[in-house]
This record gives sequence, C-alpha cells and structure tokens, in this order.
Amino acid sequence: MGAPLNEKLQDVFNEPGCDKNQGKSDKERKKGCTKQLAPGAAAGGCAFDGAKIALQPIVDVAHLVHGPIACEGNSWDNRHALSSGVSTYRTGFTTDINELDVVYGGEKRLYKAVKEIIDKYDPPAVFVYQTCVTALIGDDIEAVCKAASKKFNKPVIPVNSPGFAGVKNLGNKLGGEALLDYVIGTAEPEYTTPYDINIIGEYNLSGELWQVKPLLDAMGVRVLACISGDARYQEVAYSHRAKVAMMVCSKAMINISRKMEERYNIPFFEGSFYGIGDMSDSLREIARLLVQQGAPDDIIARTEALIAAEEARAWARIEPYKARLKGKRVLLITGGVKSWSVVAALQEVGIEIVGTSVKKSTKEDKDRIKEIMGEEAHMIDDMPPREMYKMLKEARADIMLSGGRSQFIALKAKMPWLDINQERHHAFAGYEGMVKLVQEIDKTLYNPVWEQVRLPAPWDDEVVPQSTALRLPDCPADSSLSSAG
Amino acid sequence: MATVKTQFKAAAVNPLKMSQPLGAAYAFMGMHRCMPVMHGSQGCTSFGLVLLVRHFREAIPLQTTAMNEATTVMGGFDNIEKAVLNIRERAKPDLIAICSTGLTETKGDDVDGYLKLVQQRHPETTDTALVYVSTPDYVGAFQDGWAKAVSAFIKSLVVPVEEKVPTQVNILPGCHLTPADVEEVREIVESFGLTPLFLPDLSRSLDGHMSDEFSPTTMGGTTLAEVRAMGASVATIAIGEQMRPCADLLQEKTGIPFVLFDRLTGLEANDRLLAHLSAVSGMPVPQKWRRQRSQLQDAMLDAHFFCSGKKIAIGAEPDLLWALSSLLNEMGCDIASAVTTTHSPLLERMPTAEVLIGDLEDLEKSAQGCDLLVTHSHGRQAAERLHLSHYRAGLPMFDRLGAGHKLMVGYRGTREIVFDVGNLFLADLHHHEGTPQSWPLPEETLQAVAEVGKPVASFHH
Repeated sequence: MGAPLNEKLQDVFNEPGCDKNQGKSDKERKKGCTKQLAPGAAAGGCAFDGAKIALQPIVDVAHLVHGPIACEGNSWDNRHALSSGVSTYRTGFTTDINELDVVYGGEKRLYKAVKEIIDKYDPPAVFVYQTCVTALIGDDIEAVCKAASKKFNKPVIPVNSPGFAGVKNLGNKLGGEALLDYVIGTAEPEYTTPYDINIIGEYNLSGELWQVKPLLDAMGVRVLACISGDARYQEVAYSHRAKVAMMVCSKAMINISRKMEERYNIPFFEGSFYGIGDMSDSLREIARLLVQQGAPDDIIARTEALIAAEEARAWARIEPYKARLKGKRVLLITGGVKSWSVVAALQEVGIEIVGTSVKKSTKEDKDRIKEIMGEEAHMIDDMPPREMYKMLKEARADIMLSGGRSQFIALKAKMPWLDINQERHHAFAGYEGMVKLVQEIDKTLYNPVWEQVRLPAPWDDEVVPQSTALRLPDCPADSSLSSAG
Repeated sequence: MATVKTQFKAAAVNPLKMSQPLGAAYAFMGMHRCMPVMHGSQGCTSFGLVLLVRHFREAIPLQTTAMNEATTVMGGFDNIEKAVLNIRERAKPDLIAICSTGLTETKGDDVDGYLKLVQQRHPETTDTALVYVSTPDYVGAFQDGWAKAVSAFIKSLVVPVEEKVPTQVNILPGCHLTPADVEEVREIVESFGLTPLFLPDLSRSLDGHMSDEFSPTTMGGTTLAEVRAMGASVATIAIGEQMRPCADLLQEKTGIPFVLFDRLTGLEANDRLLAHLSAVSGMPVPQKWRRQRSQLQDAMLDAHFFCSGKKIAIGAEPDLLWALSSLLNEMGCDIASAVTTTHSPLLERMPTAEVLIGDLEDLEKSAQGCDLLVTHSHGRQAAERLHLSHYRAGLPMFDRLGAGHKLMVGYRGTREIVFDVGNLFLADLHHHEGTPQSWPLPEETLQAVAEVGKPVASFHH
C-alpha cells in the first residue's frame, strides 16, 4: 500500500476519542488496535469487508469493488440494510480483474468501469473500494477517482481499505475516513432547523432506524443524516450542518464523530437503541444536547412525555412474558455495544445472563458490563466453538443469542438460538425492538420443536435422552462428547 | 450448436461468478477430518465461509493464513508454518488442504516449497497429510477451482495398486452435484453390487444431519484411506466435463480407464449410466430403476404441455448450464438466453444460438420477454424487477431451505426438476388468461370496415 494509506492508518490508530487508545505508549499505538492474527486460528472479516459494511447502506450510491471476483462475487447481497427508496446499493459492481490486469495494472479498467456505471445507472456518486490484489500491484485508485470525478463531473470517491490492511473494525474506520475526506461538507442543505441531528454508525439493518425514527419525529427532531443506514449521498454531503450527533455502534465510527466535532463543532455522545433504559437515555441526551446547542428547551418536556408513554407501553407489552422467561439462562455471543446494551434489557425481563462475550468490546464496553452485571460478570474473551457446544450441550444455558456463524453450534447441540447480528431478519431497536426481542426469545424457547428433536429414537437405547440432560444439569459432562476430545 | 461470446465490459454488474479458491475450498469440504485453509487475507476466508454457511445452513470449517500487507510482501512462509502448526495442534485433522488466493498468487508464494520446508523443520507434522492447490482469484471460476482441488488430491494422495478389487469403482463428481445428488449416484452404483469410492464426497459431510459430536474439522466425506485405495478400482466414472482433467490424471497415475458422463440429468443420460454400470458389474439393471424410468417418462409427458415453447433465460456454471439446458430443451423449452462464468468445451454444444460468458446484468437484459429465469439466488433481484418466476439452481441458494438436499440427477432427480419447473409454469398460467381486451382488431381492419360505412341506425333503435 502506498504512503497515503500508511499515514491514514497512523491517523486512525491515534484516536483521541478512545480512552484505551490514549492509554497506550506511542510505540504501542503505532501497532494499531488489533491483536496480531494467528494464522490457522483466526476468524472474522477483513478491512475491505469493514469499509463496505460501513458505507454500503448509502442506498443511492454505486459501490464498485476494484479487485478480483472473490471480493464482490463471493460476498454481495448478503446483508439486510434496508432502503426506503432506490436500491442501487444492492447491485453488485466489480472490475473482476483478470490475469492481464494483474500484470499490466488495472487502472484503465477501473476508469472504464466508472464510466460504464455512470452511463448506465447515473448514480449521484460512485464509491470505489480498493482490495488487496489491486493495492499490491500498485493501482492508484485515488488518482483514477480524481480523474474520473473531473471528467464525468460527478463525485467518484476512493475508499482505500484493502483487506490486508487489517480487520473489519479498522475497515469501518477507513470507510469513515473516506466520507470525511471526500463527502462530508461538500453540499449544503436546503434549510436547517435547531433540531437537526446526525446518527452515526447506524446501518438500518432490518429497518431498525425506522423503529427509532417515529420517536424522533414525535420529539420534533429531524435526522439530517444517518451515516449510513438508508442514507442518500446528498444527506451525508451536507451532514456537517447538524447541531448534534449520536454515535450508535460503539467505536466503529468514532473517527467520524470526533472529527465532525473538531471541524464543525457538532457535539456527539455515544448511545444505544438497544434496551428500554438505553433508548430513553439516548432520547434524553439528544434533547439535552440540542438545547445546549440553542434549541428551545420545551423539547425536554416533550421528550419526557414521550419516554413516559412509550416505556409504559413497552413494559405493558412485555409483562405477559416475564413469568415465562424468569430465570432462563442466556449465553450472549456478540460484540461491542450489544454485549452490554442487550444485557441490561434482558435483565429487565428477569433473564439470567450466564456469559457475555467481550472479544470485540472496548474497555468502556467492559466497564459498562461490570456496572450492569456486577464485578463477577462472566465475560468471555474468546470461547472456542467446542467450549460453546459443551456449555449448551450440558445445558448450562437455555438459549444462545449470537451471530449467524455460531448458530449451528447451538442447533447441533439441540439448543434454542436467536440471531442478533447483522444477518438477522428481525429489527430489535427502540421500544418496539425490545418487545420484539422478548417475543422472539419466548417464541424460540417455547417452540415445540425442541421436544421433538430431543426425542431419542425408539430403537436406540444407548443414547441419553437430551431432555433428561436438560433437567439434570449435573449429569456427566462428557456423556455424549466422548469422541470429540 | 452455439456461438460462445465473452462479455468485454470493464465493470461486472451483479456477478454470476464466484472465485476459484471458493470452489477448491468446497471440494475440501468433501474430505473426512480435513481442515480447509485459504492462503490469503482473512477476508478471503470470511466471505467464502459466510457464503457456504448461508447456502448449506451448516457450520463450515474454513481457516485462513491471515496474511497482512507486511507478510504478503515478505512472503507467507511464516504464516503457512504457523497455520499448519496451529491447526495440527488445535484441530488435529488427518488432512490440511490449502488453496492460494489472488493476494498470495500476485506475490508469487511458493507454497509447495513452503510445505516441504515446514515438514523438514517440524518432522512431527508428517503425521498430517498436506495438500496444496494453486487457485488465483483472478483466473477461472468456482468450478475450475473445484477440479483443480480434486486433481491436487489425486496428484498427492492416490497411489497405483497392483491388486485390483473387481467390484470397486471410483466416482469423480463435479461441483454441480449436490450432496443429495452424490447420495443418489451412490445408491445407483451400489445397486449393481459395486462399491463406489467418491472423490470428494459431500454426501456424508454437507448433507445436513444431526451429529452427536462437535468437530472443528470436516466430518464425513472421503477418508485418506479411501483415496489411497482408489488405485485398486477397476473403473472410474467422472461426472461433468470439468472432471475430465481429474479423470485423465487418475488414469495416467493408476492405469484405470474412465468414462465421463457430461450430465446425469435427463432420461437418455441416465440410460447410458445404467447401461455402463450393467456392463462394468455384469449385472442386469435392477427393477427399481426400470420403474423410475417409466415414472420419469410419465412425468415428462405430463409436464411437456406447460413447458412447450417456453422461453428460458439461464445463468449457471458450464456443467450445470449444460445439464439443465439440455433437459429443458428436451422438454420443449426454448433456451432464449444463456450466460455462464468460464470456458468449457460444452458451451459450443449448448442447445441455443449464443452462450455469453458474463454476469447477471447480461442475463437480466436478455431475459426480457422470457417466461422463466433459471439461476442461483443472486438472480432474485432481477426476477423481481422482470416479474419472472425464478427457478433456483446452483450455489449460492441462500433464500430457500434444503439446498443440500435438492436432487437433480438420476431418473428421480430429473423427475423432480420436470415437476418443479412445470409447476412454476402452471402457477403463471393465470397471467396468460384472456381478458376482453386480449384480442383487439388491428387498426387496418377497423379502417377497412369504416371505409365501407357505419352500421345502419336501426341497430341502435
């Protein structure tokens, strides 16, 4: 990768907004935030993946991946970030470079690809994603984008986040850098109001933004830009005129939030849409910051009235489930903000958390967990699948909430599982979302299928019935795992 | 006979194609107690893994050498070494199968050499079989990667055996066969008293079953002992044109003659398979298959009313494209548009005017006015825009259940396709029902009548 990317990486690795980062020595900081990956024992996406996740929810943009077929061909159309209108973002664009491009360079193909896309689809902007191979052969996407922008009179934005630069989270930030360098502040909104906010780090997965937006509407708050869920290019371009910002997904886009505060004096806070208490806190903080920035203070009273009504409505809807869910044990394998915000919500319903993963969590995330679950909180740093399987098989948990990759560990242990990561089909944000989460947990736990699949075959008396194992948590641990060791 | 054209766009839009390493990794899934590894950045593995998980709804063992910028430039020996040691230590597989990616191929890592060096430096690792296959992302497609992986297994694991087992046959299935297809072929071969050895065997690893153990490696699939025993077989059956290089290599190494079936979908294709098996085994064709054959004939007769003259737009890898297009053509459909991912000698033989090596944008454009779209799940957006029925075929199939159990070979599998496709046409019938406006007279006719004069007034009272 070239010097510009190296500088960018150093810039991203130095994050004044992150306490953990600031606690490091200069030398440590240079190494970046991520542990060295162990070959043969690593999992998770790359920096390109992270940049694409962060930016693809901008729905009217053409997202063009410059690289071999793997990067787009193996991965496109696999997330549920929703759009309220155009669906250009769901179209897979790639230069699909071949061997000759690797030898002679892929810049010309890239330039022609941008032209073709503008001719055929005429999007308001084209985002060009760098990948490992094209970075390695030295394709200068910044130069190509600059030339194409000029020639076609349209923003063509380079996103310099090749996979081998690091992990997914780094890619989220590098995607954010592309917006800061080339998009934010390049347009002006038709008008502004004292109630304009940005939501940063919300991707509108399964439409979660739309579970929150009616609340903001009721408060009289206008979402000037969401970065990047259901966003339009123009919105992001004029987002620098917002009065305050809320940063949703933990640290994924902290660089956008902090730099917009520095450059445009937009104060931000970190909040969550997951959990009833957290949702209310976030609304309050939005109102407070807006008033601090000069909005009339009657918004505070409006917000409190809204919170009171909506909290009461949510609790009333959850009430019937409390008796059914009390004492149920949940194993929570997720990352970042969800490791604590969902914990709080589940505890409110009487569910016991037997463990929460903190692999992707920041120090602040961990502090919040301790705050919520107490000092003895069972934080799992890196649980190997075999251990997860054992934990479920031995019925030390009644249900696992995790991402799609680990679902089969639960299902093969014949234990209930619920998807709470990016591939999920249900929206879990706001008061609506928390009621939905409780309903889904209940539906999953009490599904009659568990009885069915745990039935031993009548001709097979060797097998220990799973349902018995459930009721007798201290039965021999390895009874059915003998060959797995 | 078809003209084969290659699309020369700079930007592929809505890719039909997937990359070689993914095809290779898919073949690795059909080996028992194997840890598949991609030598590349961790994203290469992550994307492939997610795609296979979405398709099969199963845990997919797939590791990465986690290359970063520095290790790529300096060469990946350390990462290969660490990966082998880590995997051997943690997962204890019988076999570590490694494929390269665009990243490490651009650098030009000599992985064959690396692996020899690893075994020299760590003699304890010789208890684990190591197989490597070169599969740059920017060359070929999924089915090429699959075939290269199978060739790599043959090259490094198969040995010639003097003493033959007269009932043992090798089967080399192409990647267009589902786990259910492989199972069906097994049942057919076994019904002749023969013992088939599959390379690879997805039917025991990705057939979506409940297991009482947890394993970080693949479970089920072809064992190392089985691959090493392949040299004792008396015949080899290859399924799909993509497997020809593999069958050639196997013949070269062991002297075992092979017969290649370019498809096992369709009546006549299966007649030939059964006749061949009968010749190899000296047994008559079992009653069961005779019965199924006549069921297929009946199904084809029932369905042909609805298939006849229907225009099909199909996008698939060459072998699947060939199998499905041939069958649909035999049912009276018209293959109006065919798009594929990579070269194959089959393409020129396709029952259509032109085959395009292109993407789903090309397919969508040419599918205008067709009656049915046949392609993998990524065609769903195009089908929606065109208001076309979508018959899902190929990998990935992430928006339907049971991808691994879809049966498309044998008389029975052919019958299922005939019914499924026929049913889609039946469901669309109401779109073609007449309305009072369906048969307007042309302007010329009305003009001709008007010239003669208006109807007499008494008509209207």
